Amino acid sequence: MATPLALGRRPGVIPGFGLTLGFTLAYLSLIVLIPLAGLVVRAASLGWADFMAIALDPRTLAALRLSFGVSAIAALVNAVFGLVVAWVLVRYDFPGKRIIDAVVDLPFALPTAVAGIALTALYAPNGWVGQYATMLGFKIAYTPIGIFIALVFIGIPFIVRTVEPVLADLDREIEEMAATLGARRWTAVRRVVLPTLVPALLTGFALAFARAVGEYGSVIFIAGNIPYVSEIAPLLIVIRLTEFNYAAATGVATIMLIISFILLFAINLIQAWSRRRLG
Amino acid sequence: MTDIAAPAPHHAARFQPAATERPAVRVLLTVVALAFLGLFLVLPLVSVFYEALSAGFGAFVKALGGRETASAIELTLLVAAISVPANLVFGLTASWAIAKFEFRGKSLLITLIDLPFSVSPVTAGLIYVLMFGAQGYLGPLLAEHGIKVIFAVPGIVLATIFVTFPFIARELIPIMQAQGTQDEEAALSLGASGWQTFFRVTLPNVKWALLYGVLLCNARAMGEFGAVSVVSGHIRGKTNTMPLQVEILYNEYMYRAAFAVASLLALLALVTLIVKSILEWRYADEIAATRRH
Repeated sequence: MATPLALGRRPGVIPGFGLTLGFTLAYLSLIVLIPLAGLVVRAASLGWADFMAIALDPRTLAALRLSFGVSAIAALVNAVFGLVVAWVLVRYDFPGKRIIDAVVDLPFALPTAVAGIALTALYAPNGWVGQYATMLGFKIAYTPIGIFIALVFIGIPFIVRTVEPVLADLDREIEEMAATLGARRWTAVRRVVLPTLVPALLTGFALAFARAVGEYGSVIFIAGNIPYVSEIAPLLIVIRLTEFNYAAATGVATIMLIISFILLFAINLIQAWSRRRLG
Repeated sequence: MTDIAAPAPHHAARFQPAATERPAVRVLLTVVALAFLGLFLVLPLVSVFYEALSAGFGAFVKALGGRETASAIELTLLVAAISVPANLVFGLTASWAIAKFEFRGKSLLITLIDLPFSVSPVTAGLIYVLMFGAQGYLGPLLAEHGIKVIFAVPGIVLATIFVTFPFIARELIPIMQAQGTQDEEAALSLGASGWQTFFRVTLPNVKWALLYGVLLCNARAMGEFGAVSVVSGHIRGKTNTMPLQVEILYNEYMYRAAFAVASLLALLALVTLIVKSILEWRYADEIAATRRH
């Protein structure tokens, strides 16, 4: 890159490496790393027996099962509908498409508490949508179905925004070739297009899932928060804190943190794998 | 299994466009997508404004009039005014170090910057309680000097900085990496100082990406609920931000007031989306190509 005639104008001439990297590491450590390490140290000081007692407490297990279970279902539903939304936004033209495209990011912009009370008002037994559930004889708000609704809301952009660019970059010639060779449209989509979207779909699923597991604001209003039934893990942390049971709060938070890190690692693996596969 | 039921290929000679779906399928998929987004995104947004304004504009203004609501708005603005610039300075320094230099552990650093996105907001609040709370590591020391962090404004600011930590940095890093170092090297070789190079060359090059990051960071800073809720202590008129005020009003069955405050936050979200879309349409090349969050 640097020719001999460039008189030493290598990247090394740019100033500020020590200052910027030093500040970056200091700020990262003070705001993120040291406080997070504090949590881990606190959890480690509990001792194995106490930690397992917290982890295996039936209320903890019920909350974790609910959080991870409903998050997985919501992320799965989002993967299906998110793929349809991304497909329609990339491939088709219709009036108001730009506005629809912008609306997809609403869950990133709308504060979770606002989403929470709005969804609760909609899905409450007398709400705009909830009344139809009442007519059919079931409840949405104040049950795990309500949690599912909130987690679908929060996860929509993750799938759409990870699938969209991949779909847009896709070479249409391969599909045309498949069609020329006599493949029916659905076969071409299933055999040619969908496999290339798998890494993006997996990444989007993992991102939506990770976000849903930790989600608090949009869920607590609609959940009903009944222990063992509709009490999510983040709420259990808050409850333990208000009981001044720091050990239990720390224990539940640490379990969630460990699972989140495994997810983050999985996302990185998927992305590395898809980079290798798609070049 | 479905293949068994499918007609033999030779008898199924039908007209199909080269590489798109039949019109009926296109319409069906479009309707499904729009219905899904309408039900899950548009309807909740509309309902916020409907609930806030259903009793008329006068009632809406009156519902916003409380002293506690005013102090919640003030606190929200204050928290954003501290945490967004803090993360802005961090975003600029981190992206400068990462984009302009080669060093070991760079990809680990980028992963660590993204870490707060993988942490539940509630856990984000908890770690500061464990650090600065009465039973925390530094609790006794702070109490000795009469400094309150938890259940006070500093804790709210810290928790907000944590949850908005990656927003600006992650917009700037890819765009600065893509731009390389030639412009800066040219400016430096012409005799500009490091600061001049930064303010006159680098900053103008990334200004739209920067604005994009600030916009998203600000929306989250003003709207954060979980992390702030854990450290705030919900002291009325003192440590309640707007989202916390929404919760309190809602739990007290003051629905109109709750939705009135919520509608202000929803308005902020709408403005954020509009400005964000304008930036994406007009300056697509100048903001980071990776729009994942």
